[in-house]
Amino acid sequence: MSDRSSPAGVAASHVVGPAPHIAAPLSCRHIMLWVIAALAPAALWAIGNMGAPAIVTFGVGIGSCVLTEFAWNALLKRTQTIGDMSAVVTGMLLAMSVPPRTPWWICMVGGIVAIGLAKMLFGGLGFNLFNPALVGRAIVMMSWLGVMSEIKTPAGVPAPGGWFAALSVPASGKLDAINGATRLAIAAADRAGNGGYAYDLAKQYGPLLLRNLEGSLGEVSAGLLILGGLVLLARGIIDWRIPVGYIGSVAALSWAFGSDPIFNVLAGGVLLGAFFMATDYVTSPITRNGRLVFGIGCGVFNIVTRFFGPMPETTTFAILFMNGLAPLIDRMFMPKPFGYLRPAKAVKADA
Amino acid sequence: MAVRLFRGGVHPPDRKEATASQAVARAPLPERIVLPMSQHLGAPCQPLVAKGDRVSRGQVVGSVDAMISAPVHSPVSGEVVDVAKALTPSGARVMCVHIHPDADQDLATFVPIDAAADDVAAIARAAGVVGLGGAAFPTSVKLVPPKRSPIDTLILNGCECEPFLTCDHRVMIESADAVVAGAARIASAVGAKRVVVGVEDNKPDALEALRKAVSEAGADIETVGLPTRYPQGAEKQLIFALTGRVVPQGQLPSSVGVLVHNVGTAVAIHEAVASRKPLMERVVTVAGAVAQPGNFLVLLGTPISDLIEAAGGLVGDVGRIVAGGPMTGQSLASLDVPVVKGTSGVVVLTAEESAPHVDGDQPCIRCGRCVEACPMDLHPFAIASHADRRMWFGVERFHGLDCIECGCCSYVCPTRRPLVQLIKSGKSALMVKGVKR
Repeated sequence: MSDRSSPAGVAASHVVGPAPHIAAPLSCRHIMLWVIAALAPAALWAIGNMGAPAIVTFGVGIGSCVLTEFAWNALLKRTQTIGDMSAVVTGMLLAMSVPPRTPWWICMVGGIVAIGLAKMLFGGLGFNLFNPALVGRAIVMMSWLGVMSEIKTPAGVPAPGGWFAALSVPASGKLDAINGATRLAIAAADRAGNGGYAYDLAKQYGPLLLRNLEGSLGEVSAGLLILGGLVLLARGIIDWRIPVGYIGSVAALSWAFGSDPIFNVLAGGVLLGAFFMATDYVTSPITRNGRLVFGIGCGVFNIVTRFFGPMPETTTFAILFMNGLAPLIDRMFMPKPFGYLRPAKAVKADA
Repeated sequence: MAVRLFRGGVHPPDRKEATASQAVARAPLPERIVLPMSQHLGAPCQPLVAKGDRVSRGQVVGSVDAMISAPVHSPVSGEVVDVAKALTPSGARVMCVHIHPDADQDLATFVPIDAAADDVAAIARAAGVVGLGGAAFPTSVKLVPPKRSPIDTLILNGCECEPFLTCDHRVMIESADAVVAGAARIASAVGAKRVVVGVEDNKPDALEALRKAVSEAGADIETVGLPTRYPQGAEKQLIFALTGRVVPQGQLPSSVGVLVHNVGTAVAIHEAVASRKPLMERVVTVAGAVAQPGNFLVLLGTPISDLIEAAGGLVGDVGRIVAGGPMTGQSLASLDVPVVKGTSGVVVLTAEESAPHVDGDQPCIRCGRCVEACPMDLHPFAIASHADRRMWFGVERFHGLDCIECGCCSYVCPTRRPLVQLIKSGKSALMVKGVKR
C-alpha cells in the first residue's frame, strides 16, 4: 500500500483508482463459500450415513484438488489461487459424484485430473471449457470401469428400511443380478424386462429424497440437494434458467417416454448436476436464453441416454457434452444492444 | 402514467441520509480561486485577462469562438495573480486563471451577461451554462436542436441516482420554483409540447416540492416518481422510462424528439434569463468520511481542500476521495484542485468502502453478473477482455461503442475486473482509429 499512498499527503490510507469507486460486496471467494455451504448438508448427511469410507472419499477428493492447484501454481511460479476456494468446490463435487467406497487412490487420480488436466492446463479458473469435477469423474469411471461398477453398498451399513419390500422382486432368481444396484439400474432392468420386477417407482420417492444408500455420495439425499439448490437460487448465486431447464426437461421427457417423471428427477445425478454442476459459471453459457437452452439440452441428453443408452447414469456425459456446446449457444443468443440498429439501417441513419 | 423499467442496473447503498435533509449553505470565501479554461466538453477557452488585472464578479475571464464551448466568468472581484496551468479534478493540467479575491466581497451583485433578450440559447452561451449533472456539455448547443428532428418532449433529470449525492435533491426542494420556471423557458425555446420531470422515488419530498411549485405556477409539467435504481438518471434509460422511446445506437436523444436537461441546469438557465446571471457558483454535496457532511453553494474555482475543511475536515481511514459520484466520478490524487462546473459532489470514501485494489490479472469466471447489470444489454466481459488484449475489432463487434460508462459491470464483478475502465480504453482506441458511431 505504501507505494500507492497519497501523493498529496492527504492521509496514509488515501488511494486513487478508476471508477466506479465502490464495489458490490460479493466476491468470487464468497460465491464459492456459498456453494460449499449449500453442498454441506447433503455432504454431511452422506458422511453420517456412510461413515469412514465417505470421510476418506471427501478428504482425498478435496485434498487432491487443492494440492494439485497449489503445486501447479508453485511449480510455474504463478500467483497462488487456492484462496478463491474453487478447488474445494471441485473436490466436493468430485467426491459426491463417486460411490463412497471408491478406493482412495482413484479419488486422488480424479482430483489430479480434474484440476490439472481440466482446469489448470486450460489456464486456471475462468478458462476451462469443461467442468473439472465431471472430467475427473468421467476419466476415473472409464479408466477403472470394473472397479467402479463392482462397488456395492458398504457391508457395515444397514439396508434402508423397506427397501426390499418396496422392490417386491418376484422369486424368479433374478434378484442376485441386481442386488446392490442403484435404483436407476433396477428401473432400467425393470424396463428391459417389460416390468417383470413390478418395480414401483413411486415408492422410491421417500428413500431417494431422504436416505438412499445405493449410488454415489451425492445421491444420498435428493431432498438436501434441493434445499442447497434453493439456497443458491435465493442468494442469487445461480441463475434459475439452468436448473429449471434441466429438471423441467428431464421430467417432461421421462413422462413422454412413459416413465415416472418425479422418480427420474430424484434418482441418479440429475439434481446434483442441475443445481451444482451444470450451473458452473465458467462452463455454461452467459446469455439468458442460452442458459435456458443449455439446461434443456442437458436434460434431453441425460434422459435420452438414460433410457436408450447402455448404462443409466449419464448426467456426467450430458453436462460435459453441453459444456462443449456452451460457446456456440452463447453465440446464437447474443443479445442486441439497447437501441440496436441493423447495420444497413444504421448506415442509412448516419448518412 | 406508466413508467417503463430499463433492463439491468444495480442497487448500491444510496447513503444519502447524511446530507439529504441539510439545507444548502454558502461555503466560506477561499483565499484563492483557480478557474480552469476547460470546465466543459468541447473547445477550451482562451484567457482574456493577464496577471495583475483587476476582475469583478461576473466578468468573463475566458472565452473562445467555437460552437461547442462555454465561457468562464470570475465568481469574485479580485486580482488576477497568475495565468498558468494547474491540476483539475479530471487529472489533467490545463490553463487556469488564478484570482486572489478581495476580502470585501459583495456576492449579491455581479456583472450581467450581454445577450439578446429573447434568445435562450444565446443567453445560455453567454452565461457559460453547461450540464450540471456531471457531463458538463455546453447547454447552448442542446438548445439549438437539429432542424431535421423537432423536439416534442423536454425531460428534466432529477433522478440523482449516484449514491451519496444530494445536491439536485436540495435544489429541487429549495429552488423548486426556479426548476419549474427554467423548464418552461427551455420548453418554449425548443418548442417542446410535453415537459416531464423524473425523480427517483427515494426523494418523495423533492417530488412534493416540485408538484407544489408546478401547481402554484399553473404550469403544464408532469412530475413522475421513478423506481430507485442506478443508472435511472442515464439519458437513454431515463428517456425510455418516461416516454417508452428508444434512442437508436450512436444517435442523440433529439433523434426521438426528446431533450434532457438536469434540474440544476434548468435553474442556471432560469437565472441566466431572468437576472442575466452567469454561471459562477453551484451546489456541491460534500459527503462521506467528513466531520460535517452537507450541501454547499460553492464559488467555481474554490479548492476542494477548502471545501473539505468547510465540511469539518476528513475523519477516519480515508480511502478514495471522489469528485462527483462514486460510480462515475474522478478519484482525486490531490485535493489542491478546484471545484469546476461539473463537480456535483466531493465524496470521501473510507478505506473499507472504497473499491478494493486488486493486484495483477483477475480472471473472468463468466458468472454473467455484468451481463445482468448492463443497462445497455451489452456483454461487458467480452468487450473488456478484447480491450485487455488490444483486440479492438472485438470491442467494436461486441458493441463497445454503445457503452454509457455507468460502471455497473465493474461494480458487480466478483473478481473485481476493471471492466468499465477496459471498455473505455477500447472505445478511445476505436475513436483514435476513426471508427465512427
